[in-house]
Amino acid sequence: MATTVPEPPKIEERRDPPRPTGNSGNGGWRNVVPADGKLPAVKDYSPPPASTGIWVVLASIAMSFAAFTSALIVRQGSALDWRHLALPRILYLNTLVLFASSVALEVARRRVGSFMVGRKSQVARPARWLYISLFLGLLFVAGQYVAWAQLRSQGVFLATNPNSSFFYVLTAIHALHVLGGLGGLVRVIYRLDKSILRKSTLDATSYYWHFMDVLWVYLLLLLWFKL
Amino acid sequence: MVLWAASIGIFCIGQLLGSLNFITTTLDMRTRGMSLWRLPLSAWAWFITSCMGLTAFAVLMPACILLILDHVAGTSFFVSSNIVINDQMQPHSGGSTLLWQHLFWFFGHPEVYIAIVPGMGIVSHVLITNMRKPMLSHRVLIYSMGALAVLSYMVYGHHMFVSGMNPVSSLAFSFPTLVITIPSTIVVLIWLGSLYGAKLRINAASLFSLGFISMFIAGGVSGFFLAQPSIDIMLHATYFVVGHFHLVMGVAAMFGIFAGTYFWFPKMYGRMMNETLGKVHFWLSFVGAYAIFMPFHYLGLAGNVRRYQAFSPDYMQPLIPLHRFITVAALITGFAQLIFLYNLIHSRFKGEPATDNPWQATSLEWSTPTTPPPHNNFGDKLPEVFHDPYQYGVEGTAGDYVMQTSPEKITTGHDEA
Repeated sequence: MATTVPEPPKIEERRDPPRPTGNSGNGGWRNVVPADGKLPAVKDYSPPPASTGIWVVLASIAMSFAAFTSALIVRQGSALDWRHLALPRILYLNTLVLFASSVALEVARRRVGSFMVGRKSQVARPARWLYISLFLGLLFVAGQYVAWAQLRSQGVFLATNPNSSFFYVLTAIHALHVLGGLGGLVRVIYRLDKSILRKSTLDATSYYWHFMDVLWVYLLLLLWFKL
Repeated sequence: MVLWAASIGIFCIGQLLGSLNFITTTLDMRTRGMSLWRLPLSAWAWFITSCMGLTAFAVLMPACILLILDHVAGTSFFVSSNIVINDQMQPHSGGSTLLWQHLFWFFGHPEVYIAIVPGMGIVSHVLITNMRKPMLSHRVLIYSMGALAVLSYMVYGHHMFVSGMNPVSSLAFSFPTLVITIPSTIVVLIWLGSLYGAKLRINAASLFSLGFISMFIAGGVSGFFLAQPSIDIMLHATYFVVGHFHLVMGVAAMFGIFAGTYFWFPKMYGRMMNETLGKVHFWLSFVGAYAIFMPFHYLGLAGNVRRYQAFSPDYMQPLIPLHRFITVAALITGFAQLIFLYNLIHSRFKGEPATDNPWQATSLEWSTPTTPPPHNNFGDKLPEVFHDPYQYGVEGTAGDYVMQTSPEKITTGHDEA
């Protein structure tokens, strides 16, 4: 499990897989099929498509929230039933928590990074920072839940008003995405623990996580201006 | 209703993940020597389609979420006030039905290109192989498909000319709609110009490719009419629109699928499909599709409205015989597809065994070690690419073509780096 002892976790540096001997032929750098042809035996080495894929994912999420935004703007202008809604104060605290979580993840990423490029001979406790990041992420989701509970106690529900509808939908969809990111963090911790973490996995997870910050700030501003 | 919206939502997720897979695979996981320009046109078409799918389905997904909430949670995103269903006043207030239309068509118009661009890629691929020569310009074809993808986001308003939109907005949507005909025309002209003087091998796959071009042109021409708000307002709710889009998108996309099936079936199952049955299937489908959808244009111009369950008004009575003709044609064309189904199943088990490269094609899928390919396509030896896939009509060791995996030198003509 992760490590509070000085001994650093082993992190496998990204490198080409060993060439299969014998009939390896002219295979490129992706030639990972073992000579006996048994596919399940392949250690899942893939080149870092995660580094491209993450931008594709982020583009798609950004597009979704652009659609939500335009829906909000059109809906607000289409009828006179938009009522004011006071944002729960705790949202600002949640914002700070999410930011802190991002910072913790960035620290972990830097440490792993400097180990991989050989600047440091040891990884200094990236797992600890990953756990901090994970904890703060969970705290953020819990904080969002508190915000919903506060609104509920004021009698503001999903169907109360188009304004509250959009508030719940946007925050809930964002929280779902954050939960997905937490799943990614758990995966990173697991792979670090097993010493099979790739740099590209960590990078992609952290880009996603930072994007959740930016998205949240955007949503907060949107809700703040529109409420 | 909720089930339907939820299934569309799941479909969106599937499409998004599919796009993610295609885009990253195309960009990151090409084999050694396979530069972007050396990708076959079919792969390019899939790549462009995936880029469209990524952004289009990312808009449909939120729309579905809001729709489901309107239905199950009592919100009022789309459902407006004073709706009475089963004598009961619905609790909704102030929702905007038009908002649904906007979100849906912002997805909906890219979607028609998502349906047709893969067909364009397949047809180009099949035609190049059967013409034994490259297209006039594969780069311009790729650029044009890219232009279609970009423009497809700017034209969605032309589905809503009759929604009471501001005439200025209509104009703003009409203009790019007319502009999008330019890349479409370029694609068609490249196909026709390349076919001119080519010794085309006639088989089921190439026939369906020609059919695709024919349908795309025939259906596309009526698009010029519908792109103009002043004409569209009259024709929008009529069969003219049904005829237009079934030819240009429905039948054309299906012909693309048929062409691809006849072309790649030998690689998929190691057996050839029956060519005679394939040709019969083509001619019945080709004539049948025109017999069904051409009269629709006439019906539309005569004022036959669509989406009616019965045509009882007096002025429609003279049109009823034409409807009968269309029904008979549709039944015959529908039954003709059973030929294809039979051919598909019969050839799967009893077809003539196929060689590794029955069409003498150059692209990578024809260089797999076995037919059908092993589980990981290329076995333990990944192919290495030396040429673009357009090396036809050259003097190669295998004949009039040089495969992408062949290390031999190309002495004449152009070869992408």
